[in-house]
Amino acid sequence: MRIRINFSKTEIIKFTSHLDLYRAWERTLRRAALPMAYSQGFKPHPHINLACALPLGFTSENDLVDIWLDKDISLDIIIDRLSQAVPPGIVIKSVEEISPQTPSLQKQLVASEYVVTLPQQFDNLSQDIDRLLSLDVIERERNEKKYNLRPLIYELSILPNNTAGKPQIKMTLQAKEGATGRPEEVLLSLGIDPLAALVHRVHLILINFPE
Amino acid sequence: MLLSPELIKFKLQSILPHVQKPGRYTGGELNQVVKDWTAISTKFALIFPDIYDIGMSNLGLAILYELINQRPDVLAERAYTPWIDMEALMRQENLPLFSLETMHPLSQFDIIGFTLPYETLYTNVLNILDLSGIPLFSSQRNSSHPLVIAGGNAAYNPEPMYAFMDAFVIGEGEEVIHEIIDQYQSWKKIETDRNGLLLMLSQVKGIYVPSLYQPKYHSNHTISHIERLNENAPIPVIKRIVAKFPPPPTHFIVPMIDTVHNRIPIEIMRGCTRGCRFCHAGMVNRPVRQRSVDEIVRAIDLALKNTGYEEVGLLSLSSSDYTQIIELIEALNTRLSDNRLNVSLPSLRIDTFSVELMDALKSTRRGGFTLAPEAASEKMRDIINKPVRNELLLETAKSIYSRGWPTIKLYFMIGHPSETLEDVKEIVKLCKAVLAVGRSVIGKRAQVNAGVSTFIPKPHTPFQWVACDTREQIFAKQDLLKKELRSNGLKLTWNSPDETMLEAVLSRGDRRMADVIFEAWKRGAKFDAWGDRFHYEIWQEAFQSVGIDPDFYTHRERSTDEILPWDHISTSIRKKYLVQEYLRSKQGLVQGDCREICHACGILPTFANLRRDNPGDAWCCPEVRSPKTKSTSL
Repeated sequence: MRIRINFSKTEIIKFTSHLDLYRAWERTLRRAALPMAYSQGFKPHPHINLACALPLGFTSENDLVDIWLDKDISLDIIIDRLSQAVPPGIVIKSVEEISPQTPSLQKQLVASEYVVTLPQQFDNLSQDIDRLLSLDVIERERNEKKYNLRPLIYELSILPNNTAGKPQIKMTLQAKEGATGRPEEVLLSLGIDPLAALVHRVHLILINFPE
Repeated sequence: MLLSPELIKFKLQSILPHVQKPGRYTGGELNQVVKDWTAISTKFALIFPDIYDIGMSNLGLAILYELINQRPDVLAERAYTPWIDMEALMRQENLPLFSLETMHPLSQFDIIGFTLPYETLYTNVLNILDLSGIPLFSSQRNSSHPLVIAGGNAAYNPEPMYAFMDAFVIGEGEEVIHEIIDQYQSWKKIETDRNGLLLMLSQVKGIYVPSLYQPKYHSNHTISHIERLNENAPIPVIKRIVAKFPPPPTHFIVPMIDTVHNRIPIEIMRGCTRGCRFCHAGMVNRPVRQRSVDEIVRAIDLALKNTGYEEVGLLSLSSSDYTQIIELIEALNTRLSDNRLNVSLPSLRIDTFSVELMDALKSTRRGGFTLAPEAASEKMRDIINKPVRNELLLETAKSIYSRGWPTIKLYFMIGHPSETLEDVKEIVKLCKAVLAVGRSVIGKRAQVNAGVSTFIPKPHTPFQWVACDTREQIFAKQDLLKKELRSNGLKLTWNSPDETMLEAVLSRGDRRMADVIFEAWKRGAKFDAWGDRFHYEIWQEAFQSVGIDPDFYTHRERSTDEILPWDHISTSIRKKYLVQEYLRSKQGLVQGDCREICHACGILPTFANLRRDNPGDAWCCPEVRSPKTKSTSL
């Protein structure tokens, strides 16, 4: 059976890398004594698929991971065992069974929504955002390759009435294979040091293929 | 520099995004133990003087962490050496070194315990004390400072670090750790000065308090005698052992970042009966004791449930000598075959039985198979007392290749004073012969990786008197290997001669080395165990500034009647036995496995009562039936 887990990656494990998070899931499943399905081949590894890598230092909620099990087990049991087995820093919100034919999370993923808490007030933040959005081309460089960031920004706005006491920006960025907008690049384009900001991914936006 | 945990956490928020692998400094992992700081009277910090990634894989500290935290009156927390980038930011921000569990500065702990598994960590110890705002020298600390202690394999020669430690644990820590805590707590009640605490500790068996002793030197810098500064200070200080192992730890902390060993370590046996003359671990960890299959399997079951690890390491100095190894592997296979668990079985003897064992481990990955012949010529094997016949080694190699391992790793050691370039050529010949066997079985896929380390004479071994090779000799031997061992299918790794020299000086150093360590640290030496961070020039300057010739420690052959700096520390192996083994090595005489005939090394008389109380297979020494004696009431 194939299950999709909705979880949060919280503050205390924000420095756990994508690869290490994969291992953390494998160990969670082992502790939960759930029968993982393994890939074929010389070095079989468990069939675990995380939706989208989260850069070191970012937190998330409504994050998604697909896991394949060798046996059918009731969702109640799965949820119960997983909740007891997750390490500090991973919080499970829900688990659903999905059809084995469902396209991979990477194929379904269209965009990611972030809330960024800034270290302090910035004068002209609103104008800076408007100016950025009015551009056709925002040239950025990554891994020595120039690219245009602008079409990857779906939405960029200041969040009103935040409770944190610090300004917060909401951004929705494209997240398709090979064309993913990065929040730190948007922050840099606004002249904000990304290392001083708290970046929280709040949603992964998927398209549903007709089954 | 005294900061609250809240302030430390706050400062970390702005520091951590700027360092490599910030997950080293956050704590919060699965199975860490967090106790109520204000409710617990005695706080113990356990420290590995290298980075988190290495320290988290140390079994010794994992054992102590679990044992101490089982006590309701004590808490144990962890700290590791911050990497260079983190240290720089901590110094810039005036952030003291803190524990991972509750982020308390180390200076707020009652006891700070370092493990010293090897000598090249010494400068890191000084750096950690400095980063914690704790005076480096024991003599500068008072009752307001934590008690600073150390143990581990390097502590069997405590003298080079004598100035920085209040006390050393000689031997195994599982029982004595509780006695140290008890003494500390009694001292807290009476509140005498710090010397009072040190005197109390010196009365605990296996504890060495260096400030109670004073070595006196001849004009040629050798030791004339060791003076006791207090009549109650024991001489010698005899190492502690545990007659019966406490249950193995099973609540291992599971890091959320990658570390060097991501596995459940379980010690199946302690000590080794083979008696290889160069082997420090084999000499200091006697007697040989083993756990039952039942206890091992139960512990693994429990640890798997608690950690979810995908690998188990069965640890011992010689796995094939564990008497129930077949039963153990069968038990593991039947229980764990559908768990896709990887089981590693290090330190195998060179014979086809070892290959059958590895083959029987169904889940094991077929990567490299490691064998450690150590020497390639019969002459050298007899000298080091590791007799292996080449035909047997080649037969073993054939069996390894034909059972599906494409790579054989061969470990050798060069640098014994009796070794000639001819002996080194034998290493080349042997590697090529093994490769030829591999090619005949699996063709071009066959690979031989030769790891050639350099011999360092260690205290408490039959080679404690011998001279090291000079740098020039080592270079000549390594050049020969580099020239000859570089064809397809052969790979060679070796140690830097400079690193070897430092380890050699520190291993057999006396108290005068403390000044050198201090001077080297002041000049920036740290992470000496990291090849690219090690700067021999710093150490050379340190030697010069103190006016010490390192050759005195490395290249000088000692006479067997010289008083050695560690002679007042006893592993219970009689000096006579070490001398006898040394002389036999000079004559090329081997000594058999002591499981067959006891060679009377001295362990049994010292620990006769413990052996009597623990009869049977738990120990590999002969049984003791004579009535209890008073003199051996350890």
